[in-house]
Amino acid sequence: MAQVPMSVDELKHMAAAIRCDIIEMICTAKAGHPGGSLSATDIVTALYFRLMRVDPQNPRWPDRDRFILSKGHACPVWYAALAERGFYDKSHLGTLRRLGSILQGHPDMNKVPGIDMTTGSLGHGLSVGIGMALAGRLQKKDYHVWVIIGDGESQEGSIWEAAMAGAKWKLDNLTAILDRNNLQNDFYVDDLMPIEPVADKWRAFGWHVVAIDGHDMAAVVTALEAAKARKGVPTMIIARTIKGKGVSYMENVCEWHGKAPCREEADKALCEIRGDQEVQL
Amino acid sequence: MNNKTLLPYRHVRAEIVAMLSAENLFSVAEAEPTRASYARTLLDIGERNPAVVVLDADVSKSIGTNKFAEKFPERSFNFGIAEQNMFAAAAGMATTGLIPFATTYAVFASLRALDMVRNSIHYPRLNVKIAASHSGITPGPDGVTHQGQEDLSIMRSIANSTVIAPADADTTALAVQAAIAYDGPVYLSFTRDPVPKIFTPDYPFEIGKAVTVRDGSDATIFAIRDLTAHALVAAESLAGRGVDVRVIDCHTLKPLDVKSVLQAAEETGAIVTAENNTFFGGLGSAVAEVLVENHPVPMRRIGVRDTFAESGPYLDLLDKYGLSARHIVTAVEEVLDRKKRVG
Repeated sequence: MAQVPMSVDELKHMAAAIRCDIIEMICTAKAGHPGGSLSATDIVTALYFRLMRVDPQNPRWPDRDRFILSKGHACPVWYAALAERGFYDKSHLGTLRRLGSILQGHPDMNKVPGIDMTTGSLGHGLSVGIGMALAGRLQKKDYHVWVIIGDGESQEGSIWEAAMAGAKWKLDNLTAILDRNNLQNDFYVDDLMPIEPVADKWRAFGWHVVAIDGHDMAAVVTALEAAKARKGVPTMIIARTIKGKGVSYMENVCEWHGKAPCREEADKALCEIRGDQEVQL
Repeated sequence: MNNKTLLPYRHVRAEIVAMLSAENLFSVAEAEPTRASYARTLLDIGERNPAVVVLDADVSKSIGTNKFAEKFPERSFNFGIAEQNMFAAAAGMATTGLIPFATTYAVFASLRALDMVRNSIHYPRLNVKIAASHSGITPGPDGVTHQGQEDLSIMRSIANSTVIAPADADTTALAVQAAIAYDGPVYLSFTRDPVPKIFTPDYPFEIGKAVTVRDGSDATIFAIRDLTAHALVAAESLAGRGVDVRVIDCHTLKPLDVKSVLQAAEETGAIVTAENNTFFGGLGSAVAEVLVENHPVPMRRIGVRDTFAESGPYLDLLDKYGLSARHIVTAVEEVLDRKKRVG
């Protein structure tokens, strides 16, 4: 099993492995959401292999850090990360969306070891994270709560209810990360229902805001570590990402929000991800 | 409190029994809104159970949970007018072992925040208690937007749900305690308006076990929440005409006490249900489903017909929308008539 915490180079390797898992899973399942899984991969990898205090042998350890993938449709990245981290055998990944599988189309906390919250209906996860963060403070636990939300998801009103509450209660044990890939199911976020100026909005709501390249692993790690250390205010990390990142024909193409690659496409994707990895190193 | 009761009544306070035939029962009997009993019970439980936390959405002064906030400020969280955020946050708290009581009006709990209530509380089966006041059409003066006339039906349709609507203040306290002892989501439905304190302290409250509060053999009335008192009045009125009606306080809508329904069908052969709730999908529907599949007998449902109500005083609204004792009496007469013809 992989040694944690990982160096930035090791994280890049792991992110490539997780991207390959995602492509394989969705290709095998013949359904799923590759675009948003690939855009969030570097962040999820940094969390599980560098930042988060978790115990794969004891997934409901009360003192663990919590992670919520509020954009639950991107769960292939969560499933792959948990498998690579040792929460369960990687053989489960081939069962995604099958009848009887622990890996539902959207994540079910009661079926999958390591899933801290059931998600799928958008606009819930940040509120759930607020509840966990308030509970941690009340119970005097030092765990940190991480929530990834989508930019399309940010059109849900409940996100902004949660934004107010996070600032009101000064939840510095909570960090939100916006996967700003600018694509949603139907079209570009900026055109369909613009959320900009999104950084200004979060600042105005009382959050500490940083913007990073969500695929620059060193920048991701630095931003996550700074967010965890910051006191007195919750942090929103706006991660500029590319939907479908790592697979040329998926990158920034709306149709790959919720479409599975066929075998041939998947093989091409795997080649590209592995090739990129070799070039980078 | 006086533990005495008079046969054929069970667990009904003697002074209430004595008043059942009086026209002014609802103005003279000792009464309290069940929301107030809920809030008072939390104060008591808060002392003993440090896991209990209370979440509000800007109606804490109305429901009375502001007293919990004063006594246990660190365990009280007012989310403002943001019910969706409150219910999802309650789910997050429950994942850590806390027992959140997320408190608001029935319309907001069962409609405004229903997506959170379904997907983030019931689907993962998290230990959140949903405390909903102003159930039924009788937050009278406020009018339709604040009348939770569908909450029982909506909540009953959700998988993993437990739905409880106690009839008076003292059984509300028992319901809240039972909800804490139960590990999983519970929907608790309370009245805005004062309702008579009808039951004695020996009332045996158990989730899913309906309680016979009047013995009878001619017909059975299954009643829930505030209509149990009206069912008792109806039964007393019918007794004056020689009709002996069983009354069952069906405080748990789900899981329904199927055994009690079938026993009533077999032993009395005619059934009326009474609920201050839409008659689509609530107690009447639940009882009818059991009877149709197992033991059909003549049946009538008292509930809000396919309509919205309006502003008005509590008793006047019940009467205008067909939920009063006199309507229950008529319904019993109808099922008895059909029972005779069938029999």
